[in-house]
Amino acid sequence: MKIHEYQAKEILRRYGIDTPRGEVTDQPAEARRICEELGGRCVVKAQIHAGGRGKGGGVKLAGSPEEAETLAGQILGMNLVTPQTGPGGQEVKKVYIEEASEIARELYISVTLDREKGMPLLMASTEGGMDIEQVAEEKPEAILKEWVHPHLGMLPFQARRLAAGLDFHGATAKAGMKLAQKLVRCYLDTDASLVEINPLVVTGDGAVIALDAKMGFDDNALFRHQDILEMRDLAEENPIEVEAGEYGLSYIKLDGNIGCMVNGAGLAMSTMDIIKLHGGEPANFLDVGGSASQEAVANAFRLLVSDPAVEAVLINIFGGIARTDRIARGVVDGIAEIGEVHVPVVVRLEGTNVEQGRQILHDAEFEFIVADGMADAAEKVVAAAKGGN
Amino acid sequence: MAIWVNEETRLLVQGITGTEGTFHALGCREYGTKVVAGVTPGKGGQDVEGIPVFDSVAEAVAETGANATMIFVPPPFAADAVMEAADAGLGLVVCITEGVPVGDMLKVTEFLDHHPTRLIGPNCPGVISPGLGKIGIMPGHIHKQGKVGVISRSGTLTYEAVHQLTNLGLGQSTCVGIGGDPIVGTTFIDALSAFKDDPDTEAVVMIGEIGGNAEEKAAAWIEANFDRPVVGFIAGRTAPPGRRMGHAGAIVAGGKGTAKEKMEALTAAGIHVVESPALIGETVQKALGR
Repeated sequence: MKIHEYQAKEILRRYGIDTPRGEVTDQPAEARRICEELGGRCVVKAQIHAGGRGKGGGVKLAGSPEEAETLAGQILGMNLVTPQTGPGGQEVKKVYIEEASEIARELYISVTLDREKGMPLLMASTEGGMDIEQVAEEKPEAILKEWVHPHLGMLPFQARRLAAGLDFHGATAKAGMKLAQKLVRCYLDTDASLVEINPLVVTGDGAVIALDAKMGFDDNALFRHQDILEMRDLAEENPIEVEAGEYGLSYIKLDGNIGCMVNGAGLAMSTMDIIKLHGGEPANFLDVGGSASQEAVANAFRLLVSDPAVEAVLINIFGGIARTDRIARGVVDGIAEIGEVHVPVVVRLEGTNVEQGRQILHDAEFEFIVADGMADAAEKVVAAAKGGN
Repeated sequence: MAIWVNEETRLLVQGITGTEGTFHALGCREYGTKVVAGVTPGKGGQDVEGIPVFDSVAEAVAETGANATMIFVPPPFAADAVMEAADAGLGLVVCITEGVPVGDMLKVTEFLDHHPTRLIGPNCPGVISPGLGKIGIMPGHIHKQGKVGVISRSGTLTYEAVHQLTNLGLGQSTCVGIGGDPIVGTTFIDALSAFKDDPDTEAVVMIGEIGGNAEEKAAAWIEANFDRPVVGFIAGRTAPPGRRMGHAGAIVAGGKGTAKEKMEALTAAGIHVVESPALIGETVQKALGR
């Protein structure tokens, strides 16, 4: 799960990390009031779940409360396109009004999971404001790395090494060490998948503050973080994906015209891959999961055909934990629920209780195109999608 | 021969009184595995179709001589279940549970460093040695006893591969689902080293997917250490970057962990890389020269 910058800063402040003062709003007039309270100069920042907002014109400096109101009026409602939103962009529904900071140095710091070592990894660099991927590509020696023990957190010697590597001195070094340790604590306590401050700023008087903040969380751990779960902004997510999530389904919208319903993530991905190999384009990734209920499967089918881009559907089920008879019944019920289905449906069933599953499909009123094996299924659905125009 | 599961396996099931726990405990027994005990805290003294239920793993091990466990405990409690099993001295822990927090797995990994326990999973279908026994949720009847080892990060995609092998008359020594999470107990390399020590495994199918670099590391290990044919498939060539494709670990992050990179690494290591998931079986057949 992702959250907005203003929410991430709220969490960072709980851990004692300094950020500029600010307030979020969806009203230009409020932006003026907030800017006044901040002393008359501020930064107006679009709040969307994607980085690179400055490059797309979503972050502007206002020299007066009037200008803050004007800029907020321009940014609110705009379709912000950044390198991370994709070409479609994202509508801005909130802006964060923040006091302008005096910047002496810009740096980068983040904590994420190193899957290879199975440990959290803190990365820092003196190249603030740049994407870490780009720094890794162009100047890998500029990235400092500290692997963190999951219980011990960041140890003092690691923090000292980091501060020295970032060329921090005196009070700034002390502040930087504390910040790194707090950042790791924040990452561990909140079950974050990413905490990133880019840029981390050293001000003219040597203070170290988080000028920007980005956080993502392990979805599997949200059950123990009600406060974070409440920060979820559904307006930032694809509505079909949100609905799918409510049914316990994993759905991701893609650009093609062949709807896919598969059990298991690996098989779902390879079903997309084989459709492409046979000259088709998948419209989605949809994993009905190991133990999908009949109801969930019916919902999955309804979601699939509600996408106007879908011109044919491929159902590929290999039953293990999910019994194929249960899936088949879900598909038949899903079709009954919708009434009329106007797209061809290719079905490939294999695994536990497969005979009963096939029988259920066979007995249904709807005429399914039955396939034998993945290659046959892909061939048939690609042909059906072409014929369906 | 086979790896990790055989006739000697005496299986315990943690979370046996839940719907899936019961269903699959009985499924394993039906397949021929000796399912000797179940554990659900607070339900000790009951039985599930004749399988005695205990309050703790230690008690179950003392009473029944169980030497392996299969875990169906819900995600918030799964890490604790794994550690309880290791503490009770079990050598093999297969965690089926999907949705275990990464933070919990970091702790489990630390804990297991001090125990001689092999963890398989979490978020995996388990392990089966066809004809000898199964610890998991895979449909037993699609398997056939034989000489191809299978290692996979996916569940149903493994069934797909196994089904193809069986249809071609190619049996399997052992099939290991290592799980789709970012942090898992047993890696491709662990399973490959075990297959290396198994004289009856003549070839290995390795099924990877996007995310992380476990496949690249395995490829390097194979090139240096493994001289039997390996057939590789990587799922997720069409997956969009930055999205988690169902499995918590299946994500292309910062341009890393793509299917293309992995396939190139596998090919460079002399592994037979399959483009189409429908051709896994045939490619093994060719690699074995049959």
